[in-house]
Amino acid sequence: MIPSLPNTWWSGALTRVYLLCFLTFLFLPLLTVALFAFNDAPYPAPPWHGFTLDWFFGSADHRRTGLFSDSELLGSLGTSVVVALWVTSLSVLIGLCNAFLMERFEFRAKGLLAVLMLVPLVIPGVILGISILAFASRLAEFFNDYMGIEFEFLRPGLPLVVLGQFSYIAAIATLTISARLRRFDRTLEEAALNLGASRLATLQTIILPYLKPALVGSAAVSFLMSFENFNTTLMLVGANSPLTIMMYGRMREGATPVLNAVSLFLMLASAVLALTLMRKGDRRNESN
Amino acid sequence: MNDGVQSARWVTRLSLFLLLAPAVLWLSALILIPHLDLAVLSLRERIGPRQYSVSVAQYKTFFAEPLYWHIFVRTAIMSIVATGLTLLLAFPVAWIIAKVLSGRASSLLFVICLIPFWISETVRTLGWMILLRESGVLPHVLVLLGLTQQPIEMLYHDATILVGLVYTSLLFMVVPLVGSFESLDNSLIEAASDLGASSRAILTKIIIPHAAPGMTAGCIVVFMLTLGNYLTPTLLGGKNSQWFTEQIYTQFITRFNWEQGAALGFLLLALSTLLVWAGLKLSGQRFSDVMRRA
Repeated sequence: MIPSLPNTWWSGALTRVYLLCFLTFLFLPLLTVALFAFNDAPYPAPPWHGFTLDWFFGSADHRRTGLFSDSELLGSLGTSVVVALWVTSLSVLIGLCNAFLMERFEFRAKGLLAVLMLVPLVIPGVILGISILAFASRLAEFFNDYMGIEFEFLRPGLPLVVLGQFSYIAAIATLTISARLRRFDRTLEEAALNLGASRLATLQTIILPYLKPALVGSAAVSFLMSFENFNTTLMLVGANSPLTIMMYGRMREGATPVLNAVSLFLMLASAVLALTLMRKGDRRNESN
Repeated sequence: MNDGVQSARWVTRLSLFLLLAPAVLWLSALILIPHLDLAVLSLRERIGPRQYSVSVAQYKTFFAEPLYWHIFVRTAIMSIVATGLTLLLAFPVAWIIAKVLSGRASSLLFVICLIPFWISETVRTLGWMILLRESGVLPHVLVLLGLTQQPIEMLYHDATILVGLVYTSLLFMVVPLVGSFESLDNSLIEAASDLGASSRAILTKIIIPHAAPGMTAGCIVVFMLTLGNYLTPTLLGGKNSQWFTEQIYTQFITRFNWEQGAALGFLLLALSTLLVWAGLKLSGQRFSDVMRRA
């Protein structure tokens, strides 16, 4: 059960078998996706027809449209990045404000606000999506009917997608940054102020550097959650689809291995992001 | 002196107001008001072109139409089963990470468990589709091994949906479980074992009571995510998925019947809230603690 207790001979073996099965379950789908990005066949299915890079570099006149000439897919990848950048900046900014608000100020209804900030995390994404869709559309109707103004950004489209994703990702950023600010040693700040530093200088040279790991961490998480979001986006999307929506549409129709190619690309990007963050985390732990 | 105190108070007031504004704007404009608006929308009925009256017709339709509540109950039961299976699968792994392995091996396994969740759910589902569909990898392998004559369709079953849901949710169970196992003192287990407790007794009398908060946190998050999932059931279940979020999508986007869609949305929200509340009550936990843990 634990290493310090006498273990029967089979418990170690059982642990190994279990781990092997578990890891297979975890990685089989991912390895399959990666493998079939290189299969020389029009569909991602066995049997194996040989190795090809067509699904990356093939062009339309070469009978197979590879990832790098599939402008629709590349466009949606770009859309996802733009949306994620917006959501990330907004979320980290409001997360930082909220952290200071909740950790440094006392006011009436603070407890209520603290609970309200968690609420977006318990509402299913689909419902966040439809509520924002309905509200924005009704506002747009209202402005159109009574004032004769058409607000394009209230109609399904990227601005609404950004707002919809932001509505719950902001809550995650708030939690992460608040948790770090709570552990901050206030005496450091007081020392700086006693020694004549201005509030702004204290913020810039002491508090923000201290918060940096939480800011970077929540930015990475926000970017990833925005990039992967499906439920809320599905309800709010207009003409320009982000990547998840585009892939979903193609998967329903039975797509070519170009989807495997873009998936492999995403896996590599995620791995690079994860490794960079972990490296940074390690170095910080060692230096402390 | 008095002026100084007064101006300092003004600065505090002003900064409080400036920090409060974005939070209030975020929560009211994107969460509170849209949901109130959705509630209003669900409580009205179209009686003529651009004419509406207050009514509970949308909710009545839900209860009168067996299809709706059949799918509703089915989604709830499938979500509960998926949550239970996720707990069963994640429990041993979390234990191995927290207690059996130590040092580098333990953190390595933890990181390995997290990797798939850095990758989009769409990609993971694509993987399962390539593995399980009739022309896919597993049916092909079964034929090669001589276990089946013809390739069998492994997609579009309830079991397939469950596999996909469990796979997608694992991380949210493993992380809180590892956290609560790590805080368990090994000497408690050693003492129990020295005093002659069986493995089963150690599990039910020490480990599970200690890990209960983490287990609750994991179960609540997994249940909510599963209930609100759309991608996995529709892709792995196809036409047989019958998932409630799909009904909401159909009403809202395909049929443009927003009143009905809003009512269905509220019913899903109510179900989710109710079961989360029941979970908290049963385990004697507080909402804010659970969210922090998760």
